[in-house]
Amino acid sequence: MKRILLELEDGTSYPGYSFGAKRSAAGEVVFNTGMVGYPQALTDPSYHQQILVCTYPLIGNYGVPRPDPKDPLAMPFESDRIHVAGLVVSDYSAGYSHHAAAKSLGFWLAEHRVPGICGIDTRALTKRLRDEGTMLGRIMYDEEPPFIDPNLTNLVSQVTVPAPRTYGSGGPTVALIDCGCKHNIIRSFLKRGVRVVRVPYDFDLSAIDFDGLFISNGPGDPKMCAPAVRQLRGFLKEDLPVFGICLGIQLMALASGADTYKLPFGHRSQNQPCLETGTKRCVITSQNHGYAVDGKALRKGWHPWFENANDGTIEGIRCADRPHCAVQFHPEAMPGPTDTDYLFDRFVSLLRDRQS
Amino acid sequence: MIKRPKKVLLLGSGALKIGQAGEFDYSGSQALKALKDEGIATVLINPNIATIQTSEGMADAVYFLPVDPHFVERVIEKERPDAIMLSFGGQTALNCGVELHTTGVFAKHTIGVLGTPVDSIIDTEDRGRFVARLDEIGVKTPRSFPAGSLDEARAAAKRVGYPVMLRVAYALGGSGSGIARTERELDGIVRRALTHAPQVLVEEYLAGWKEVEYEVVRDSADNCITVCNMENFDPLGIHTGESIVVAPSQTLDDHEYHRLRAVALEVIRHFGIVGECNIQYALDPHSDDYRVIEVNARLSRSSALASKATGYPLAYVATKLALGHTLPELANSITQRTSACFEPALDYVVVKVPRWDLQKFRNVSKLIGSEMKSVGEVMAIGRTFEEALQKAVRMLQVGMHGVVGNRISFPDVRAELRKPTDRRLFAIPVAMRAGIDVEEIHHLSRIDRWFLHSIRRIVSYERRLSGLGEGAAIPPETLLEGKRLGFSDAQIATVLGTTEDAVREERKRCGIMPFVKQIDTLAAEYPARTNYLYLTYNATEDDVAFGAAGGKRSGKRKAPIIVLGSGAYRIGSSVEFDWCAVSAAQTLSEIGHETIMINYNPETVSTDYDVCDRLYFDELSFESVQDIYEKERPEGIILSVGGQIPNNLAMRCHAKGLKVIGTSPTDIDTAENRHAFSQALDELGIDQPAWKELTGFDEAARFAASVGYPVLVRPSYILSGAAMNVAFTRDDLRAFLSAATEVSPEHPVVITKFITGAREIEIDAVADKGRLSLWAVSEHVENAGVHSGDATLVLPPQKTYLETIRRIRRITERIAARLSISGPFNIQFIAKDNDIKVIECNLRASRSFPFVSKVCKENFIAHATRLMLGRRSAARNNSLDLGYVGVKYPQFSFSRLKGADPVLGVEMASTGEVGCLGDTLEEAFLKAVIATGVRITKRSVLLSVSGEKNRYRMLDEMRALHRLGYVIYATEHTAAFLARNGIAARRVRKIHERRRPTVMDHLVVGRIGLVINIPDVTKKAFIDDSYLLRRAAIDFSVPLFTNMELAKLFIGAIEKTRVEDLRITAWHEYSR
Repeated sequence: MKRILLELEDGTSYPGYSFGAKRSAAGEVVFNTGMVGYPQALTDPSYHQQILVCTYPLIGNYGVPRPDPKDPLAMPFESDRIHVAGLVVSDYSAGYSHHAAAKSLGFWLAEHRVPGICGIDTRALTKRLRDEGTMLGRIMYDEEPPFIDPNLTNLVSQVTVPAPRTYGSGGPTVALIDCGCKHNIIRSFLKRGVRVVRVPYDFDLSAIDFDGLFISNGPGDPKMCAPAVRQLRGFLKEDLPVFGICLGIQLMALASGADTYKLPFGHRSQNQPCLETGTKRCVITSQNHGYAVDGKALRKGWHPWFENANDGTIEGIRCADRPHCAVQFHPEAMPGPTDTDYLFDRFVSLLRDRQS
Repeated sequence: MIKRPKKVLLLGSGALKIGQAGEFDYSGSQALKALKDEGIATVLINPNIATIQTSEGMADAVYFLPVDPHFVERVIEKERPDAIMLSFGGQTALNCGVELHTTGVFAKHTIGVLGTPVDSIIDTEDRGRFVARLDEIGVKTPRSFPAGSLDEARAAAKRVGYPVMLRVAYALGGSGSGIARTERELDGIVRRALTHAPQVLVEEYLAGWKEVEYEVVRDSADNCITVCNMENFDPLGIHTGESIVVAPSQTLDDHEYHRLRAVALEVIRHFGIVGECNIQYALDPHSDDYRVIEVNARLSRSSALASKATGYPLAYVATKLALGHTLPELANSITQRTSACFEPALDYVVVKVPRWDLQKFRNVSKLIGSEMKSVGEVMAIGRTFEEALQKAVRMLQVGMHGVVGNRISFPDVRAELRKPTDRRLFAIPVAMRAGIDVEEIHHLSRIDRWFLHSIRRIVSYERRLSGLGEGAAIPPETLLEGKRLGFSDAQIATVLGTTEDAVREERKRCGIMPFVKQIDTLAAEYPARTNYLYLTYNATEDDVAFGAAGGKRSGKRKAPIIVLGSGAYRIGSSVEFDWCAVSAAQTLSEIGHETIMINYNPETVSTDYDVCDRLYFDELSFESVQDIYEKERPEGIILSVGGQIPNNLAMRCHAKGLKVIGTSPTDIDTAENRHAFSQALDELGIDQPAWKELTGFDEAARFAASVGYPVLVRPSYILSGAAMNVAFTRDDLRAFLSAATEVSPEHPVVITKFITGAREIEIDAVADKGRLSLWAVSEHVENAGVHSGDATLVLPPQKTYLETIRRIRRITERIAARLSISGPFNIQFIAKDNDIKVIECNLRASRSFPFVSKVCKENFIAHATRLMLGRRSAARNNSLDLGYVGVKYPQFSFSRLKGADPVLGVEMASTGEVGCLGDTLEEAFLKAVIATGVRITKRSVLLSVSGEKNRYRMLDEMRALHRLGYVIYATEHTAAFLARNGIAARRVRKIHERRRPTVMDHLVVGRIGLVINIPDVTKKAFIDDSYLLRRAAIDFSVPLFTNMELAKLFIGAIEKTRVEDLRITAWHEYSR
């Protein structure tokens, strides 16, 4: 295996070995502590232009399945391509084994022209990112690509659906504002008999008819999504059910007049405990976000709904007198625990009420 | 909301046995600490005197009594607790609790059961109810039908279709379970199982499926988490206690991992469990189909492993939850700033490998399967699977360098893969070298290809390494690659044909050193002040600082001291050494030293996060100890409290300049080296049995003839008497010599005159710079010839002359002075008439240290530790005038070891021990015997005593049995003897007599309540009638005595004392 280098913007570098695509890449370096689910994570559009560090050291064990040509929403992929700019692991497992696997992780990365680097002390790297904050970085194969700060661009415009698409038929209809939507959100609606109209993030919703509005997850700084925030402001004044996940909560918060801020190193894991305020209930959630809602800036009528049990950050908000709510974590899981799947049931029952 | 109790009764698990070992000392100890934090008074019942949980400062009152309904109820009547905890003492405590609940004892005394309700426990334990309850929520279980009789079992098997899995309800470690491929096989298993269980389950057999477990926690507010999942390397069909286990799972994708996790939460909620439980799955390797195999609604071996694998204190948290706390209220004790309501993220891989000791048993089947046979386990941590696996293999201390680099061969490697034994792992690289590919190995063994790919990586590295040529220089990059795959210096040296020292030198010259990483439960997401560490080469920086910078953290003023633990529990070394290591660490801490523990046994308290300032969960090899020593720069290292593994490092530490605290390594070597020790004894004028070190058979035979048979045959370095044997004839000697030399080729064979009919006495002692400071003399009930680990110890001695004790003390003083002993030591003697001979001397803590410390109420290890560090320490030598008697009695696990001959000899066979106190020898002895599970339910006994002399010696006891109203059955000669002496007995036929009913028929129908079989020890036939009788007694759960002195003491005890009259006295109430 060829020796290559991962370099951070502060000049620290980590020598390792190349796997995946034989090329260089730059992006924002983030770590995720989940122990399973690399096909889901790598295809999650929220990781667009990020170099992902896996803290779990053994990656590639169960290979990658072949995509289903007949079903673009087929598991275990969360979009139609790999979104991460590069992958950093400790021990890459070339000898994979799984009944569903058709190729190795390295082969799949190469197909999508994404470089990987292995043999890295990912714990040391993670501690650096934790202590110094998320940094820009680059994987250097045989050239030195310039550092790229993805948060300075409107990443959502790069991952949103180009034109409206409809999934399913019958039942209530949800308008899904696609900021980089994970496929399992769509699957979660379809499973419950909901018709989904997936629209670009800046699509004018006055043209279509629907029973509720959903704002998806997505990459980058929510403040880059001004058109979506503008449109949301109007809906938050109405009684139509609105539900947001991840970037969705941040956009709703901005639309309601609250503020968002960048976390030092984000939450990217499958073990985040979230307390439902006013109860003794604590749910384990899957998360992937670098920005968060500022709890102190919530406007009148809006209340914290979930709080992170580790660091007290806002994990959910809801409106006191309207059916509007949102969560920072991922009830659709994939990857991660499915404890909060019930939130879809709640929202879908609001849609049904609205429909009837 | 749960009413807060004032006084809680905790049930321990009793003696260590196969299927139930040290993990319950860990869970019980954590429970006691959690209760203490809450200011709740605690009462503990546990006859396992060697445990940490029964130590001073843990429970407010300790009862060294059997964990059985009779004794527990008596303690309840006396102590009046308002609540009880059943889930911290294994299956023993659980079964006892279920019985007390069912018979209304808890209701009668208004005692609340904390944690999971008993009805939920019964739902998980009764297979019929279990399946029905899971059917309610659509969770799949294997097709299963209960059968209470052989006919029912046959019918059920026809419905399921052969092969079928047979399981026994209410069994620890899957006892009596098995796979039946034919009705004939089914008949055998079911008959045996129904003797000790009311029900057998006939189930669909899921051959080759993956086996996966989750550890689940739930609080009273219905919050649920899974703390860890684990995957078995070995496929379903091999008991999880017999499997190599890896955490987290390696071959499950997100869908499988989280689907099984979701099912686990659903199941634990449905059963209403509060606290901790374990759920085991079978997972189809070809689809996402699954079955729930079982749920254990209690702390278990797996939960101890999960706790150590993740750093999450499961038992502590389970206790808090049982008291009504909720998960979000509790802090993560590792980070102190994040919540306990979370699921640990690992950034390393953990591998558990079982340790077997099957070679110690005559006739035992070495096949591994659905019944547990292993006696202990090791846990290794690494950042590649290969690194962790190879570490684990070395940790077993069975002479293996790792997965490769060993001298091992198989007559038929494919057969080994198909029908696995304890050596199956080593068959994989052998097969690969023979050109058998991963695909074929997978089809033979059903081990997932991913694991096999990893082993192939190790094998191909070895091939490249040996390709460098004998003595060739190793490129730094290649060396680093090997270290990252978990190769030890010695292993690389073996492959390269060089020395360990040369590899180490080259490694250090290239700057290749291991790094120290923390286990922090959160994969570095948040800063953690954890002291839980391991070594890895898959890293580029240390997580912790060393020396002065590291010392400040613990707030201790004095330099760190390393304490070496005992490694895997195995026959001859188990929880007693953990007690010693923990006692030493606690004492060092009291003195003000920072403490560093090295150990790798997940069943221990010494590896708990709050026992020392730093824990290295890593190898006890010289390589690792030296690496840690060089990083930590401690004041010194204590290797006299962890048994033989640390002790064996003495000379190497000395040679490389590592400072050993306590007795000097050169003096330790004098005691270990037979020649030097013998010469020292000669100089001191101390007698010893005649012996000689020999290398060939002819000279050995000449020596044996000159001293006279029988002779003891053994290798020079002894670990729990491995490969020891007694030769009664020249033929015996020839047979053993080949076996003994195979064990330890570097060391020649030692032949010693074997003295029969003598008494055995031991002294446990502490010396201060050559001066005897503290001592306790114990006598064995059995005559010399029974391994001291299997012997029944009595303290203070009841039958030894005071003059003998005085002489023993004087000899001990002279040896302590001659070897300048500083610290703990133990000497064994044999006494015949007025003759005293020294037979063994270990300059380290012995197995009996916790026993003598607790009986004398004087902590020998604490005293020794203070003295070794030059502190003043006062201790009372009171062992001769105690107002009570302590008895240490062995626990055997023969019922788990199919075929093993349950007879005592010079090879140790017991897996654990109990220690009980009483006003008289008989009282203490009877409690101890009952505590090991012996139940006399019927007044009928089978006597089979060989040799007229023996029968005469037992005549009084035979008469006593008759007086007690026992129906006496006897075999041919014994029956004739009884008739001659006017004792009524029914003659039973031996199996070889071919006329029914035979002994076996009487045992099968349960007509016999006790078997006393005194065999002729000089007979070496592997399968004879006497063996078949003993084995049948074990298989049909009938109490068995095979030793004359023991049988006499037992009969004497039951004649004098009724079980109902045994006094219920707490440890602290026995006054010295």
